[in-house]
Amino acid sequence: MLEFVVPALNLKAILPQLLLALTALTVLLVDVFAGKEGKTSLGALSLIGVVAALIALILTRGSHESAYAGMLMADGFGFFITLIVCCVAFLSILASMNYERICPEIRAGEYYCLLLFAAFGMSFMGNAGNLIMIFVALETMSISIYVLAGFKRDNLKSIESALKYFLLGAFASGFLLFGFALVYGASGTLDIVKLGSFFTAHPDTLHHPMVLGGIALMTVGFGFKIAMFPFHMWTPDVYEGAPTVVTGFMATGVKAAAFAALIRVFFVGFGPLQADWTAIMWVAALLTMTIGNIVAISQTNIKRMLAYSSIAHAGYLLIAFVVGTDLARSGILFYLLAYAFANIGAFSVVSAMGKKGEEYSELSDFAGVGFKYPFLGLMMTVFLFSMAGIPPAAGFMGKFFIFSEAIKSGYIWLAIFGVINSVISLYYYLGVIVRMYFQEPEREINIVAPAGTMIAALSIAAFAVLQMGIFPSYIWDLARESVKMIM
Amino acid sequence: MNELGFPIISLVTFFPIFGVLILMFIDKDAKDTIRGTAMAFAMIEFFISLPLLFSFQNGTAAMQFVERYTWVKSAGLSYFVGLDGISIWIIILTTFLTPLCVLCSWTYIQNRVKEFMICLLLLETAMLGALVSLDLILFYVFWELMLIPMYFLIGVWGGDNKIYAAVKFFLYTAAGSVFMLLSIFFLYYLNHKTTGVYTFDLLELYKLNIPVATQFWLCLAFFISFAIKVPMFPLHTWLPDAHVQAPTAGSVILAGVLLKMGTYGFMRFAIPLFPYASHQFTPVIAVLAVIGIIYGALVALVQPDMKKLVAYSSVSHLGYVMLGIFAFNMQGVQGGLYQMLNHGISTGALFLIVGMLYERRHTRMIKDFGGIAKVMPIYATFFMIATLSSVAVPGTNGFVGEFMILVGAFRTYPVLAVFATSGAILGALYMLWMYQRVMFQPLDKEENKVLKDLNAREILTLLPLAILVFVMGFFPGYFLRKMDASCDHFLKTYKQQVAMYEQGLEESGAARLAAVMKDGRLESTMAD
Repeated sequence: MLEFVVPALNLKAILPQLLLALTALTVLLVDVFAGKEGKTSLGALSLIGVVAALIALILTRGSHESAYAGMLMADGFGFFITLIVCCVAFLSILASMNYERICPEIRAGEYYCLLLFAAFGMSFMGNAGNLIMIFVALETMSISIYVLAGFKRDNLKSIESALKYFLLGAFASGFLLFGFALVYGASGTLDIVKLGSFFTAHPDTLHHPMVLGGIALMTVGFGFKIAMFPFHMWTPDVYEGAPTVVTGFMATGVKAAAFAALIRVFFVGFGPLQADWTAIMWVAALLTMTIGNIVAISQTNIKRMLAYSSIAHAGYLLIAFVVGTDLARSGILFYLLAYAFANIGAFSVVSAMGKKGEEYSELSDFAGVGFKYPFLGLMMTVFLFSMAGIPPAAGFMGKFFIFSEAIKSGYIWLAIFGVINSVISLYYYLGVIVRMYFQEPEREINIVAPAGTMIAALSIAAFAVLQMGIFPSYIWDLARESVKMIM
Repeated sequence: MNELGFPIISLVTFFPIFGVLILMFIDKDAKDTIRGTAMAFAMIEFFISLPLLFSFQNGTAAMQFVERYTWVKSAGLSYFVGLDGISIWIIILTTFLTPLCVLCSWTYIQNRVKEFMICLLLLETAMLGALVSLDLILFYVFWELMLIPMYFLIGVWGGDNKIYAAVKFFLYTAAGSVFMLLSIFFLYYLNHKTTGVYTFDLLELYKLNIPVATQFWLCLAFFISFAIKVPMFPLHTWLPDAHVQAPTAGSVILAGVLLKMGTYGFMRFAIPLFPYASHQFTPVIAVLAVIGIIYGALVALVQPDMKKLVAYSSVSHLGYVMLGIFAFNMQGVQGGLYQMLNHGISTGALFLIVGMLYERRHTRMIKDFGGIAKVMPIYATFFMIATLSSVAVPGTNGFVGEFMILVGAFRTYPVLAVFATSGAILGALYMLWMYQRVMFQPLDKEENKVLKDLNAREILTLLPLAILVFVMGFFPGYFLRKMDASCDHFLKTYKQQVAMYEQGLEESGAARLAAVMKDGRLESTMAD
C-alpha cells in the first residue's frame, strides 16, 4: 500500500522561486486593478521581483538539502541554474521595456507575468529531484513560452511560431512523459537519486528494453528542448516568428533549464548506463554543431541565423556532456552562462533595431549600422565575438574549458570537430560585422533610439561577457563547486 | 618581482589601452585632437618601452622583467610575462613603428579617424602582449586579439576589395590557430600526466619529454598556425590581398610586426617545445623557405602594382628568415632575427613610400609613373635608401641580415643556399627595376609633373627609418649582442634535446629488438 507522507514545509529551499511566482501574481493583479499609469510600471515591478529572487538566491547559497520528500534539490547545481535563469530574466525584462515601444502588443500584464512564470519553471527544472517534478516544471515553462511566442497576435509569423512550437512541443513532452513512465515501470521509482541507486544495486535491469526505451524517449524529449539534431527543426521558424526579446529569452533560458534536467537525469539517474548513451550523444554532438553551423551560413535573416547558431552551441555543450567529467559539467554551466549573456545581448540588439510596428531583422538591414549607431554596433560586435569564441570574450573561455577537458579525457576527434566548427561559425558571425562596419546601408533605416533600459541591459551583458572572458576565475570556481554539490 | 622592481612589461603592454579609453571620450569631429592624442600616446609608449632596452642584461638567456600572477588557479592559467634576447628587439620595433603609423595616417585617413586610431592602439597592445606572454593561453588570447583590430583596419579603411581581403585574412589565421589551441590543450594534458601539475607555463612545458609520434602531430599544428602567419609558401595567399587592400598604416604594421609573429612563434614556441619534430620537419621547411624566396621574387618581378610588388617581396624576405632559423647555427638564427627587424624597417619604409605616392596620385600602377625623381627629389632619396636596404646592399641593414643567413645556410644546406642566393639577385632585379620605372625614365605624364615633394611630416615619418637603415648596417654589433645569449641558449637546448631524443629512440629501438629476440613478438613501446 502506498504510504502518503505530507512533506514538511521548507520555504527557505524555494525562496527564490517563490519570489518569482509571487511577483508574477502581483503583476497580474496590478494589471487588473491599476489604471493606465499602473500598467507602465509593470516592467519595473517584475524587475524588482527578479532582483529580489536573485538576492534571496545568493543569501541561501550553500544550502544543500533535499526538500519536499526529494521532489526538490536545493543544491549547488540548482543554485547555478537559478542564477542563469535570474540573469536571463533580468536582462530580458530590461530589454522588453525598450521593446514595448517597437512592439506595443507586449505592453500587457500577461507578458511580464508569463515571462516570470517561465523563469519560475526553468528554475524548478534545475532544482527538480523527481521526474514528475521535472515534467511539471517543464510544462510550466513551456506553456508560458508557447503563449509568449505568439504574443504578436496580428503577425502571421508570430502565430505560426507559437502554433509550431506548441504542437511539436506537446509531442516532445508526450515522448518525455512516456519515457518517464517506462523507466518507472522498470525501476518502480521516479526519484532521480533513487533511480541511480536502483540501477547500481540491480545491474541486471540496466539493459532491460523498458529502461532503454525510456532513455531513448527521454532523449527525444530533452533533445527537442535543447534543439539537438535531429529534433532541431522547429528552432529557426519559432525563433524567427516570436517577438525578438522572447526569442532571446527562450534561446538561453530554455536551453539552460533543459540542459540542467538532462544532466541531472542522465548523470545522477542513469549514471551506470553512461557508456551506452555516450556513443549516441557523440554522434548527436557532432551532427548538431555541424548542421547548425553550416545551415547558419546561408541565412539571410539574423534571427534565423542566430537560431541556427544556437543549435550549434547546443552541439558544443553536448561535447562537454559526452565528456561527462565533473570539470566538463562545470564547463557546461560556465558555457551556458557565457552563452546566455552573449545571446540575450545579441537578440536585444536585434530587438532594438526597429521603429514602432516595424522590425529590421534582415541581415542586409544591418549594413552600415556600426557607424550609424555606434553603441549598438559595438555591443553586437562584442556579443558576436563572444559567440564565435574569440578572446577576450566569455565565449572563448567557455570553449577553452570544454575543449581542454575533451582533450584531457581523450575525446580528441570531438575536440577537433569542435574547433573546425568554430572556424565555420566565424564566417557567419564575421558576416554580420562585415555588414555593420564595412558596407554602406542599402536602404534608409531609422530606429527608435534605445531607451535607458536597453542601454543598461546591453552594457550589463557586455560587461559580463568581458568580465567572464578576462577574469573567469570567480564564475569558474563557482561552477566547479556547483557541480561538486550535485545531489 | 623583476629587475626594475616595477611591472614595466605590463605598463608597456597596456599603456595603449589608456589611450583607447581617452580617445573614446573625444568628439569624433575633432580630428586633429584625436590624431594628436593618438600620436602622444604612441610616442610616450615608445619612450616607456626604452627602459626595457637599456636595463636589458646582455649576458643571460633567462627571461627578464618577469611578472607572474595567478589568473585562473584551478585551470593552471597564469598571467606570466617576460622577455629575452629573442623578443626584445621586436618589442622595440613595435613601439617604434606605431607612432610612424599614426604619423603616416595623418592625412591619409580622413574618415572615422577616431575609430582608426583606436584600432591602431588596440593592435599595439595585442602585439606587445603576444610578444611578452610566457603562458600559452595568455599568448593565444593576444594572438587572436591581434586579428580583431587588423580585421577592422583592412575592412573599414581598405581599398575596393577590402571585404574579401579582411575576411580571408581573419579566416586563414583563425583556422590555423584553432589547431594550435588544441595542441596546447594536449600539451597541458601531457604535462599533467607526467608531472601531475596543470599548467600552461611555457618554461615548464619546455621541460616536457613528449613521445615522438605525438610530438609530430602537436608540432604540425603549431607549424601550420605559424606558417600561415609568416606566411610561408604555399600558405601565403592571404598576404598579397591583405597588403594591397589595407591602408598604409595597416600594411606597415602587418609587414613590420604581424608577420614577425609567425617567425617569432617558431623560435619561442614551436621549436623549443617540439625539438625532435622540428628536427624532422627541417628539410621540408628549408625547401619551402627557398621556394618562397624564389617564388616571391619571381612574382614580385611581374607585378604592375607597386604595393603588390612590395607584398610579394615580403614573401621572399620572410623566406630568408625561415631559412636562417632552420639552418640551426648561430649565424643563421641571428641572421634570421636580424632580418626580421630589417624587414620591418625596409618593407615598412617601402609601404610608407608607396602610400605617400598613392595619396598624391590615387594609383599605385608602375606604368602611371616615370621620372618622379625630377619632381620629388627628397622622396627619391628616401625611396632609394629603402630600396637599397631591401636589396641588401653593403652598408645597409639588409646586407647584414641576408649575409648572415646565407652564411648560416651554406653551412647546413649548401645546395639550397645556392638557390637562395639567386633570390638575392632577383631581389635586386625587381626592386631596382621598379625604382627605375617609377623614378627615372622620361617624365611624360601631365599629372606627375605637378606632384609636390614630401612635406615636413612625411620627412619626419621616413627619417627615423632611413637613419636606422644605416645605423643597423654599420653597427650591427650593438643589436646582435643583445640576441647573443638567447640565440646561443636556443641552439644549445635544441641540439641537446634532439640528441637526447635520438638516443632515446636508439635505445628503445634496441630494447624492442631485444624484446623481439626474446619473445619472438613485437611490442609497441614506441607509440606511447
